[in-house]
Amino acid sequence: MGGHVVAIGASHAGVQFVAALRELGHDGPITLIGEEVAWPYQRPPLSKAFMAGSTAPDNMALRGPDFFDMSGIVTRLGIAVRAIDRARQQVVLSDGETVDYDALLLATGTRPRPWPGGPMPEGVFALRSLGDAACLRTAAEHASGPVVIVGGGYIGLELAATLRGKGGHDVTVVEAAPRLLARAASSDLSALVARRHAEAGVRLRTDVGVTEIDARDGKVVAVRLNDGSVLPAALVVLGIGVVPNQELAMEAGLPCENGIIVDRQCQTLDPAIFAAGDCTLHPNRFAGGMIRLECVQNAHDQARTAAAVLMGQEASYDTVPWFWSDQFGMKLQTAGLVEGSVRSVPRGAPEGGRGAFYHFGPDGCLKAVETVNMPAEHMLARKLLAAGVSPPADQIADPGHDLRGLLSKPL
Amino acid sequence: MTRLIFRLPDGSTRAVEATNGTSVMQAAIQGNIRGIEAECGGACACATCHVYVDEAFAGLVPPPEPDERDMLEGVAAERRSNSRLACQITMNEEMDGLTVQIPDRQF
Repeated sequence: MGGHVVAIGASHAGVQFVAALRELGHDGPITLIGEEVAWPYQRPPLSKAFMAGSTAPDNMALRGPDFFDMSGIVTRLGIAVRAIDRARQQVVLSDGETVDYDALLLATGTRPRPWPGGPMPEGVFALRSLGDAACLRTAAEHASGPVVIVGGGYIGLELAATLRGKGGHDVTVVEAAPRLLARAASSDLSALVARRHAEAGVRLRTDVGVTEIDARDGKVVAVRLNDGSVLPAALVVLGIGVVPNQELAMEAGLPCENGIIVDRQCQTLDPAIFAAGDCTLHPNRFAGGMIRLECVQNAHDQARTAAAVLMGQEASYDTVPWFWSDQFGMKLQTAGLVEGSVRSVPRGAPEGGRGAFYHFGPDGCLKAVETVNMPAEHMLARKLLAAGVSPPADQIADPGHDLRGLLSKPL
Repeated sequence: MTRLIFRLPDGSTRAVEATNGTSVMQAAIQGNIRGIEAECGGACACATCHVYVDEAFAGLVPPPEPDERDMLEGVAAERRSNSRLACQITMNEEMDGLTVQIPDRQF
């Protein structure tokens, strides 16, 4: 395959894809198009080390400054794509220029779900890009009043931990669901995280919605909740989920639901167009159906799969989902998908700061393992899930029992 | 700046200049060293920046913290006594010439 390969999106998935293509021996031209001007960078530190001021943007680069030049990859950064013309195999850039492709990757990611009701007053932020993070960090340094975080998901809680822990701010997290991390974590882990946040002085308001964001002279002053309470706020962060950037695909006639639909080869309906990362709705054996995942692992692994398929290899995406979070000195790692699990078995002492929760589906099979400050257990869990091995509950509950033995047994 | 040498799986070596205070992983990324994946960006969460520290420098590199020791159990290539995660080694001027070997795989 020596044709021109174009990738739209220059973050984790797009960069991994073009790098993998070169490693696999593609010698035709490659163009990487990204809307952000910033050099492609790691997103996970935005809510953690970058927000805390302990890492500089240089240290967040996904690749070195001369990587793309040396690899013969043309970068078009700071430019948006307006349309995909599938008949002509062209992408149309926002300045009207067209770029021909023989194969195309959509790695368009997601954007923060906007607050309904239009423009927000000064002092209200969302977090997706390095630019967002830089603005929020500066605002937090200067904020002289309380911080309200709307949304108790991973991003909201990481920000709460950073702003409370490193910044010493008065922080309240408001979550509409009855518990924190309702989507991505078990109730066991979410209770543990809630306790840790409360101990550190973060106020948590669950099961209550935000009705209004109040401003005075164009600046945010308070957040109103549907139980009638009013939270004064100098700074508000909206972490209420994301929406996939799928408009380009939809307008080009590619099937989309909650994400651009791809198969196990990361191919869309159009065999010349692949998609990878947060923007895809894909079949996933660990989800037992179609799912859209928002994590670095999925971005990298789908990108590698797409590159391999494009290079004519027999490849399909079949990796255990995993992600991590760092909050108040806790390293939280999840392997597999908690959703749909019906029974959990603790291991060690997660409440004491080191342990795990093993989660099982209705069929008794292991679905996910959440670990707290137990990275080796997390690595083991990924292997157990990949191999389809479900450890017996009594072995899990016995912290002295080495579960690694389960992997060496002949299947 | 401190010199850092990577021994690649094919036997060749590459030298890069690393800024003190950055990690061996970050220096590898900046220097376009192949074979350091660093999927998690240095959070000690993925074990894909595995390196073998040359024995001659063993004394200059502080030993791994418990989290790193734990993660090293999950490296894809053979784990050896000199196995480290490159994201957890911070460069300083005393490490001039530090040589690390890149393993044959990170997955």
